[in-house]
Amino acid sequence: MRHRLSRPPRGAAAAAAAVALVCAGCAAEPDPDVYTIMNSATDEPYHSWDDEVMAECGAQAGVEVRQQSVPADQLVPKALRMASSHSLPDVLVLDGSDMPQFADPGGLVPLAELGMPPDELSDGARSFGSYDGTYYGAARSVNSLGLFYNEDMLADAGVEPPQTWDELRETAAELTEGDRYGLAISALSTEDGVYQFLPWLWSNGGDERRLDEPEAVEALEFVSSLIDDGSASRSAVNWTQADVNDQFVAGNTAMMINGPWQKPVLDEHPDVDWGVVEVPVPEEGADPVAPIGGTTFTVPANSRNPEREQVAGELVTCLTASDAQLEWSTKANNVPVAPQAAEEYREQVPELAAFADQVETARSRTEHVGTDYSVYSQAIGTAVQAALTGEATPEQALTRAQSQVEQELRSRP
Amino acid sequence: MTTAVDETAQPPAPAAGERPPRSRSGAGRRRVLAQWLFVAPAVLYMLMYFSFPLVRNVVMSFQSYTPATYFTGEAPFTGLDNWRAVLSDELFAASLWHTLLFTLGSLAGQFVLGMALALFFQRRFPLSGLMRSLLLLPWLIPMVVAGTLWRRVLDQETGVLNGALQGLQLTDSAIPWLSSPDFALLSVILVNIWIGIPFNMVILYGGLQEIPREIREAAVLDGAGFFRRFFSVTLPMLKPVVTVVLVLGFMSTVKILDLILALTNGGPAHATETLGTHTYQLSFLQLDFGQGAVVGNILILVSMVFAVIYLRANREGVTR
Repeated sequence: MRHRLSRPPRGAAAAAAAVALVCAGCAAEPDPDVYTIMNSATDEPYHSWDDEVMAECGAQAGVEVRQQSVPADQLVPKALRMASSHSLPDVLVLDGSDMPQFADPGGLVPLAELGMPPDELSDGARSFGSYDGTYYGAARSVNSLGLFYNEDMLADAGVEPPQTWDELRETAAELTEGDRYGLAISALSTEDGVYQFLPWLWSNGGDERRLDEPEAVEALEFVSSLIDDGSASRSAVNWTQADVNDQFVAGNTAMMINGPWQKPVLDEHPDVDWGVVEVPVPEEGADPVAPIGGTTFTVPANSRNPEREQVAGELVTCLTASDAQLEWSTKANNVPVAPQAAEEYREQVPELAAFADQVETARSRTEHVGTDYSVYSQAIGTAVQAALTGEATPEQALTRAQSQVEQELRSRP
Repeated sequence: MTTAVDETAQPPAPAAGERPPRSRSGAGRRRVLAQWLFVAPAVLYMLMYFSFPLVRNVVMSFQSYTPATYFTGEAPFTGLDNWRAVLSDELFAASLWHTLLFTLGSLAGQFVLGMALALFFQRRFPLSGLMRSLLLLPWLIPMVVAGTLWRRVLDQETGVLNGALQGLQLTDSAIPWLSSPDFALLSVILVNIWIGIPFNMVILYGGLQEIPREIREAAVLDGAGFFRRFFSVTLPMLKPVVTVVLVLGFMSTVKILDLILALTNGGPAHATETLGTHTYQLSFLQLDFGQGAVVGNILILVSMVFAVIYLRANREGVTR
């Protein structure tokens, strides 16, 4: 599998043939009037919606836009392969946590150079699209996590949606009965689970760079205690966020931690009456700090055709304009980043307003650790699983994670 | 092929009379060239798609190969750093151990059950053809689909299996098939056995058909019981097929990735991490292609040993 990722050597005739096969369709000299935007919008209706807005923005810039969609898990390998043959698309839509990998070696154009300074953005949106202090990726919409609850179940039990950790612990215990759990979470060792652990870690003042500190240990102890109490299922270590949503829809749990992207699935089940609040915090009045998720529009460096970069910049400006953000966010159940658009969003989609609030204090996963994020993510995922399965205490698990990270980073040049 | 070339090339040589050596060598050279031309596409194909990536992978394991490499083209050589980092990691030792358990456990289960079914279907009975084709189903389902399906079946709370076990009052409490590090590897092996049974059954069934009926009948007349017949007659005669089944099974099992990713993602807490998932995580999640290449190379080396065994066994089978 990996050999396909390897950098094709230049010169060898055999390799040239291999490149031609691997890279069928990416012409050496692009058509001057056709611009490509690569994203991971393989699913409908997102792909068609994107086709529409991209055609509109292309018309404004006077060019034809072609959307190229690749499954999310293949986007980075494919883009890296294209980078090695200098055939990256004009606009590359990257997941926020992948963006540093492309910005670090100078593969992306700082958006300020294309007339898009991040001056008017909120801190969260700016940090989300920045690497090492430079703004490379314009977000159209972002998302985060919230606490979904089943209104009927909470009403039956006569409880309010919890706001603090203590309240969450009590409420979850109260709502647990028979085959039903109080709370469902994803604690997969991959990004699904790590993403869901970060709100507990960060809201408690923890830092992914210092996993062995008490703030981090406390956060993991809290999550662990929910499972030990029987308020959340041990199967969480095998659940993706989609599985968690299935459990919620099926009535197997009264509350869940999940993101706004589940709304379309929830809407298919009108019998489930749900609401959503921000992720509970350790102490009353504390700011919830959840991770920002979502994608950013980036412009890959194109030294051969600098004027193409300019046009690509125009396309990104158009695609991420405030009204475009609002339109996309309401359709795709994400949250706009532009403050004004977010304000209108709260009015138009009140049921997801909690996410607009959450995003204001949310943080980018790569803000501090940049291209090393994947190392931290792996270590956190392992620690969470070790603690939740009882393989280690939260403290042991996180101490191990910290030394694992340090060892891995030391082995890098 | 070579004999055909020989026949056409041979006659002119004696007819030339005066200068046989030159003419013969000219024809010989042409013959060699022709032979090479026939082999060339295969050689080129092998070089492009097998040798090249293989060599690249070995070289890569000595380089610091990161996403930046794709932009700059620079992958500095770091000597044995990658190897040292991987081999000193506890996770590597754990992966190696899990790979061993997974492979041997899967092979043993697949083989015994596959053999039992092959023997069973050797008897003629109504609907045996239909049942045999139904048993092939697990083999036809893509691994990822099988993994996703079984993940639902084995879910601790909502899975069908625990529901059935508790319904029949065979167990008191739900068994954490995939959510406990103690059970996860066993569950993954069981699912892989389920997937591998058809392959073993089909090949062994084919082998059994090859054994002449008279030998079995002779053994029956001599008073050999079922087990005696099986161990003294059937199994020795089936030996070449058994070797092939086991070696091929080993090579396809040792590198399994998709099934484990779909079932447990290598978890919980790395309990089902194998060399396959470990190389995947290093390369594609941590984007450390150099270290990923190290594990990949070890996996290739292991497979290669068994590939050689397979080739030898096969040659024996052919010459027989």
